[in-house]
Amino acid sequence: MNALAWRRLTAIMVKEFLQITRDPSSILIGLILPVFLTLLSGYSTNLDIDHIPIGLALEDSSPEARDLAAAFSSTKYFKVRFGRDRREFADDLTSGKLRGLVVIPQTFSRDLARADVSVPFQVIADGSEPNTATFTQNYAQGVWQTWMQVRAEGQGGQSDPPVQLTPRTWYNQDLDSLNSLLPGGMAINLTLIGALLTALVVAREWERGTMEAMLATPVRRYEMLLGKLIPYFLLGMGSMLICLSLSTVLVFHVPFRGSLAALSTVSAVFMVSALGLGLFISSLARNQFVAAQSSILAAFLPAYFLSGYVFEPSSMPMPIELLSRLIAARYYVSCLKTLFLVGDAWALLLPNMAGMAVIAAVLLTLTVRNTARKVA
Amino acid sequence: MNYSRVKTLVIKELLAVLRDRRSRMSLILPPILQLTIFAFAATLEVKNIDLAVLDKDGGQEAVELAQRFRGSPYFTNVFELTGQPDVGPALEEARAMAVLVIDQDFSRNVAAGRPATAQFLLDGRRSNAAQIVQGYAQQIVEQYNQDLTRRYALPPLPATLAARYWFNPNVDYLWFTVPNLIGMLTMVVGLIVTSLSVARERELGTFDQLLVSPLSPLEILAGKTLPAMILGLAESVLIVTVAILAFHVPFAGPALALAVSLVLYLFSVVGFGLFISSLCATQQQAILGTFTFMVPASLLSGFATPIETMPRFLQIVSLANPMRHFLVAVRGIMLKGMPMGMVLNTVWPLAVIAVVTLALAGWLFRRGLR
Repeated sequence: MNALAWRRLTAIMVKEFLQITRDPSSILIGLILPVFLTLLSGYSTNLDIDHIPIGLALEDSSPEARDLAAAFSSTKYFKVRFGRDRREFADDLTSGKLRGLVVIPQTFSRDLARADVSVPFQVIADGSEPNTATFTQNYAQGVWQTWMQVRAEGQGGQSDPPVQLTPRTWYNQDLDSLNSLLPGGMAINLTLIGALLTALVVAREWERGTMEAMLATPVRRYEMLLGKLIPYFLLGMGSMLICLSLSTVLVFHVPFRGSLAALSTVSAVFMVSALGLGLFISSLARNQFVAAQSSILAAFLPAYFLSGYVFEPSSMPMPIELLSRLIAARYYVSCLKTLFLVGDAWALLLPNMAGMAVIAAVLLTLTVRNTARKVA
Repeated sequence: MNYSRVKTLVIKELLAVLRDRRSRMSLILPPILQLTIFAFAATLEVKNIDLAVLDKDGGQEAVELAQRFRGSPYFTNVFELTGQPDVGPALEEARAMAVLVIDQDFSRNVAAGRPATAQFLLDGRRSNAAQIVQGYAQQIVEQYNQDLTRRYALPPLPATLAARYWFNPNVDYLWFTVPNLIGMLTMVVGLIVTSLSVARERELGTFDQLLVSPLSPLEILAGKTLPAMILGLAESVLIVTVAILAFHVPFAGPALALAVSLVLYLFSVVGFGLFISSLCATQQQAILGTFTFMVPASLLSGFATPIETMPRFLQIVSLANPMRHFLVAVRGIMLKGMPMGMVLNTVWPLAVIAVVTLALAGWLFRRGLR
């Protein structure tokens, strides 16, 4: 690159920097939105369900029945409301005030003594919220199992199961969902800066005709592309650091076991692919309305739904799982969770970085081509 | 209020959106596409699990235990590890979601009636999935224990609860996702049509012309609200039809209740849209404002995570979120057959939200006139 090209490049960069600092919406997306989103998702997206509100119909008044009822009300997993009859709770299940119902029927103490009745009571969960319903059943199973074991010990009978499975969770011992959600959330923030902000800014230039004016100057295409990329790239990296410090040190105390160097390298590769997507969208859609809609559709929503941030791509049907491989955020989320909870596991990071690099290269090539055709 | 003037404005607004082929397409195609893709994507179910097995025992009972994991529909890819050093990398590189380590002397312990142990190592990076996979593994082992107890005539174990689910007997995740997406996509359409249309007019200067015309602020408000309502309703009827016909989501409740909830929901969404646009001077600000509203609205709606697990202050904030109330109603009507009275009891806050936001928007429009 000769001196003249360098001057042109810096001139564009200075112009873009000024535009960022003067435009309140860039400040909003680049700095305020990351803080807002990190705090909001940190406080709101908690998948660890406890204190599930359930109803308990105690239709049997024997000491055993009352003891089991007490076992349900003493765990932190349930918030129990007692009743005498299962019909009392039907309305609250429909309205969603209760998520489940435990019915201890009149026959409970009689059936408990009989060998041919395996479980003398019922647990009904509200299937309209499947995740909570599954947890309700699992927790109820735990309460019942423990209660029976304590009972068997009290009666002197041995009831240790022959095979004992010890579950152990690596990287996140307490299975705190925040530890995996917050790192993943950084991918959403960088997608917003890289794709939404860039698409809007560039589309506005097309809409107002200033882009044509720029293209008519001696500026080369790649110089203009770089001049646009670099300032937004730096803005993205800055907001990545903001998210990192909020999630680990300042507010949420998520562990960070990788190195800052590795995180920066991985984020840099992702940022280029996100910027590539933003520039590509704006080169197709020359007005802000379409650019906004397509960047939400092609960048934000896939980053939210298909990246593995909350929902697991491996559990999705095959065509959608394949589609998710075209989303750079998927590779980035996988890297982020590993960097935070495991460390610099290069054997996982490198293939993912390669995936992001390929996507970035394809998008940038397409953008250069598109810009050329528009001018011609 | 002069009805013929409002009618003219409504027709003009509808034409403005529907005349342009691109904006017409952007109202129909994306929502259907999103419904299809995200309905299948937004699942917290765990399937196709990669499991690594390290069998340090090799005896008959150990092989049988591994075999039972292989036979489960959830663990579709089960592969063997040769030694302890392989365990770390298999988990770390995410080649396996979980590792089953069967300890030495496993079979001998089973035969001798001593507790036989196995470890189940999980990848905590995927915290929700890890909990669910752990549940699957426990189920398999419990079943195995029941069979072993019978085979060796040991004292019987506590039986497994038969899981029963109301409203969604097979706990089909789509029955949860699709009604939620109805709420989400309706919101997107309602917001885009209102907030962007006013902001575009502001930017082009045609909004000032509207303000100096004989139309009163109330008439302008009505003229902007009604087209968005018409488009939003048409859109949501389309989505509900697809939900029922293509995704076979049940529709247990009264159709009238859904209609009432949809109208109130759209009113409150349009109210927010107009309120946002009355604050913004340019399209870019309106797009960002809409976005800044939409993200928290979907996070605090009870879609991705239950409201009950949020901290108290966010639960209170979420009361101002139209989507939160609508989702309870739409899931209740479609899956639970919620009766009209209960639906009204759920959705009345939407009317309050609509009145407040529309009044604020009207007041801000009028202020813009001076």
